[in-house]
Amino acid sequence: MIEIKGVNKSFGKDQILFDINTVFEKGKVNLIIGQSGQGKSVLAKCMVGLHDVDDGEILYEGSDFTKMRSADKSKLRQEIGMLFQGSALFDSMNVEENIGFPLTMFTSMSKNEIQKRVDFCLERVNLVGKNKLLPSECSGGMQKRIGIARAISMNPKYLFCDEPNSGLDPKTAIVIDGLIQDITREYNMTTVVITHDMNSVIEIGENVLFIYQGKRWWQGDRKSIITTDNPEITNFVYASEFMKEIRANIQNSRN
Amino acid sequence: MLFHIGRYFLMLRTLFSVPSKWNILWKRIVSELHIIGINSLPIVALMSSFMGGVIALQTASNMTTPLLPDYTVGYITQSSTILEFSPTIISLILAGKVGSNIASEVGTMRVTEQIDALEIMGVNSLNFLVLPKIVGAVIFFPILVIFSMALSLIGGWLALIFSDLTTTETYILGIRSFFNPFHITYALIKTVFFGFLIVSISSYYGYYVKGGSLDVGKASTQAVVSSTVAILIMNFLLTYLLLL
Repeated sequence: MIEIKGVNKSFGKDQILFDINTVFEKGKVNLIIGQSGQGKSVLAKCMVGLHDVDDGEILYEGSDFTKMRSADKSKLRQEIGMLFQGSALFDSMNVEENIGFPLTMFTSMSKNEIQKRVDFCLERVNLVGKNKLLPSECSGGMQKRIGIARAISMNPKYLFCDEPNSGLDPKTAIVIDGLIQDITREYNMTTVVITHDMNSVIEIGENVLFIYQGKRWWQGDRKSIITTDNPEITNFVYASEFMKEIRANIQNSRN
Repeated sequence: MLFHIGRYFLMLRTLFSVPSKWNILWKRIVSELHIIGINSLPIVALMSSFMGGVIALQTASNMTTPLLPDYTVGYITQSSTILEFSPTIISLILAGKVGSNIASEVGTMRVTEQIDALEIMGVNSLNFLVLPKIVGAVIFFPILVIFSMALSLIGGWLALIFSDLTTTETYILGIRSFFNPFHITYALIKTVFFGFLIVSISSYYGYYVKGGSLDVGKASTQAVVSSTVAILIMNFLLTYLLLL
């Protein structure tokens, strides 16, 4: 479980996050949604330590990440897997080297053990036999799956996914969403997904945090986000005229 | 300016920490020796041979007075090559080749979030990415410079022989005359400093780049310009400290 308590973050004079308080639950896919520029990625980057918070607490199973010593932070980070928006695979390494990289760096596993673990992770993301490909030889969807395989190679307790569906066609996006959900349940991880893809919200949003103007505006599940009357959320969820029509139809059918 | 200098020294502090795995550092050093060192051999060979030839020809063309002995051409070629051409000019060439390469490589890793990925895994990204490059440069740049000295002297000899301006014996007498072995030490000390500056400054610009591909290009140019200026200043300081 990850708990956020009173987090504020500014860049110079611009305050991006205002007193964020929330809980991301274990074994669930927790989504952070909101329009671009509202502070979703900044919050996620604060949570993994890429940005320092101005004040507030980020508690991983009760331990405050913001106040940890550098060595403890490094240790905790080995329990965090992250899938980046652009996958962030290492260009100079092939698929198996990318996936095996954290194992080579932080474990004393033998080459054979690493190979077995890499093969297992590749099998888990349905990429058996793609070991020797370079990232540049892989499609966008494959790169995301390799990113997931690398993120889970260390058996993390926490998985962060930054816009996992960006740049993917709807069908592949659903495959990636399904994979994230399955892995979360299988390993009982605390998964945090940053997205503005409504399909993802509907597919996997068990705990959805809506950030608006840097504030925690709303939190609930995928069912309640469809029915809420909160104007900022409805503007986000039903952004197009077509979606607004669908919402009107839903409301009419209820009445 | 002060901000950059301060951040540069902070970067060095993070960079020189104990690596999490020595065998990985060693593998990366070997790889960097190949990328930074071996891959620079052709350009160093080409530059050195021709520059040696040009130094010898220019010196010979200016030797109009009969008061100077014939071996002076060889002597001047030797001293210009060892004191200045091989350590400084070759380092400036390497600042362009190696420096821009490092800045763009590290910069691309930054904008494509590969450095963030390393940090989130708990890897000290500076130690992992930059330290092997610095060690590689500090080890291999002096080898490149010795190679350059040899080729430059051979280039000078070939140019003079083919132009029929001197004999092999006179040229060899010239390059052996007044030879001071400390000049080799001086050149190698300079090269170690230059190698360190080129790699650390270029890595600095790449590591802290923000934005996209255009910014990586700008960082790469800035890295070459700053490395060049740093080399010139360091060259002056070391010459003052070591030769006077």
